[in-house]
Amino acid sequence: MSLDPATVRRIARLSRLRIDDTQVAQMQGDLNGILSWIEQLNEVNVDGVAPLTGAAMMAMRLRDDVVTDGNLQEAVLSNAPDREGPFYAVPKVVE
Amino acid sequence: MFDLSLVAARDALAAKKFSARELTTAYLGAIEKLNPDINAYITTLPEAALAQADAADISLAKGEAGPLCGIPLAIKDLFCTKGVRTTAGSKILSPFIPPYESTVTANLLRDGAIFLGKANMDEFAMGSSNMTSAYGCVTNPWTRRGDNRPLVPGGSSGGSAAAVAARMALGATATDTGGSIRQPAAFCGIVGIKPTYGRCSRWGVVAFASSLDQAGPVARTVEDAAVLLGSMAGFDPKDSTSADIAVPDFAAACKRGVKGLRIGVPREYRLDGMPPEIDALWRQGLDWLREAGAEIVDVSLPHTKYGLATYYIVAPAEASSNLARYDGVRFGARTPGRDLTELYENTRADGFGAEVQRRILIGTYVLSAGYYDAYYLRAQKVRALMLRDFTEAFETVDALLTPATPSAAFGQGEKMDDPITMYLNDIFTVPVNMAGLPAMSVPAGLDAQGLPLGLQIIGRPFDEETVFAVGAAIERAAGFSTLPNLRAGA
Repeated sequence: MSLDPATVRRIARLSRLRIDDTQVAQMQGDLNGILSWIEQLNEVNVDGVAPLTGAAMMAMRLRDDVVTDGNLQEAVLSNAPDREGPFYAVPKVVE
Repeated sequence: MFDLSLVAARDALAAKKFSARELTTAYLGAIEKLNPDINAYITTLPEAALAQADAADISLAKGEAGPLCGIPLAIKDLFCTKGVRTTAGSKILSPFIPPYESTVTANLLRDGAIFLGKANMDEFAMGSSNMTSAYGCVTNPWTRRGDNRPLVPGGSSGGSAAAVAARMALGATATDTGGSIRQPAAFCGIVGIKPTYGRCSRWGVVAFASSLDQAGPVARTVEDAAVLLGSMAGFDPKDSTSADIAVPDFAAACKRGVKGLRIGVPREYRLDGMPPEIDALWRQGLDWLREAGAEIVDVSLPHTKYGLATYYIVAPAEASSNLARYDGVRFGARTPGRDLTELYENTRADGFGAEVQRRILIGTYVLSAGYYDAYYLRAQKVRALMLRDFTEAFETVDALLTPATPSAAFGQGEKMDDPITMYLNDIFTVPVNMAGLPAMSVPAGLDAQGLPLGLQIIGRPFDEETVFAVGAAIERAAGFSTLPNLRAGA
């Protein structure tokens, strides 16, 4: 599997990373190097093996659906790029 | 004062040989003197540390001292600290001041620790050299014999390890996703332990690859690491993968000895082209354990060689998802654009360094439509086989002994030509993360150029006690006492 420049641009778009034309060739080389190295996994027989999603060897816990925290308006707003009174102000993200 | 270990300094504080203020002042002085050369700290906290020291002195006088009362530590800049900038080594988080405290650092504060500052690291913990930090590289306090060229401290917890090795802190927090505690500990001649996945809460730790990330300490001695981990660990309802398992007395386990333990030697860890000193040190470590009463057993972990390739699918996949939150909209740095998509793309292109961008792209690709099964699902299946290898080995042995790294510390700027050369650093450490096991790196000897080398002890899930017992036995036998040239008190 080898990525062409168009695919590199498409992945960059999916990743929301601006990629300049001058960077495409370098990135293409790096990614293809990594992907061809990863191909070695194809030689492993994984028939009938259940995928392991995580290292936590336990079931997910459940908890009551109740409010456990809150009334932290100033803390929440402390990293807001902008605010209007008690409201968190961001650029328009919903068209 | 700088010659004292954490445990010895704690005893001296209790015996009123010096005050927490005197101890903290000494360490702040060391940072002022050495940090311009080593760059182990991104942020230093002299005023806050002295205020904490005064509070510690009051607690000590009242006889109410916690287990870390008055002990000055470095905190990896991946742990959110309330009111103190937390960058994760990235430009994109340069304006971020968390309004909350991570569970691990809150536990340390509860026990009376003093925070000297935030330690430098590879950006978002992605790296093995600390060269990817947006706040400049870290210099290893060690140099090769007769050669003053600067070396890397390893990574990603390079600032933490360099700070402890150069005596700019009595201990430090670190995190390990593929080797980021053990590799820098080995490169800097100190002890580092990655506990079992779930032992330390991930709440408030900036996420890299959530199924692999785990916090742990780096320290000067095995016992120091045990005391720090005892404080950092514990169940936390705020982390859904935190283990509701009691924290044992790790420090007591250091005194257990290894008599009657069965120690496995995984044959797949013997690599062609490995430096002869590393192979010799490994054999020496096995001899030490045999002399201390352990039985040495050959074992096989057949999927070891696939560890790195599996890791470089799983970790970037999780990272591409975790780092989606840095979009320039709600917090962190922002680069404007003509429309929303351009704002996202500009922000992330300017805010993330090259290695982070590479991993986001790889992760996005392996998760994208049409490739998920071929890459990500296959990697998860190989991961299951790696866990099975360890589970089967632990049916016959109590712990495994391996080298910690395939080489000693390398020069700044070396191994930068292609990403895979750098990735190979973690060949011995990555399988442990894939399986969620506890593992320690303990300094055991020097290479031909006078640089420290570490041995790795791998244990069963939630059996850090055996890891501490074996690590302490190696520490006693090795008597590793060489110090780096660049250090406080030298």
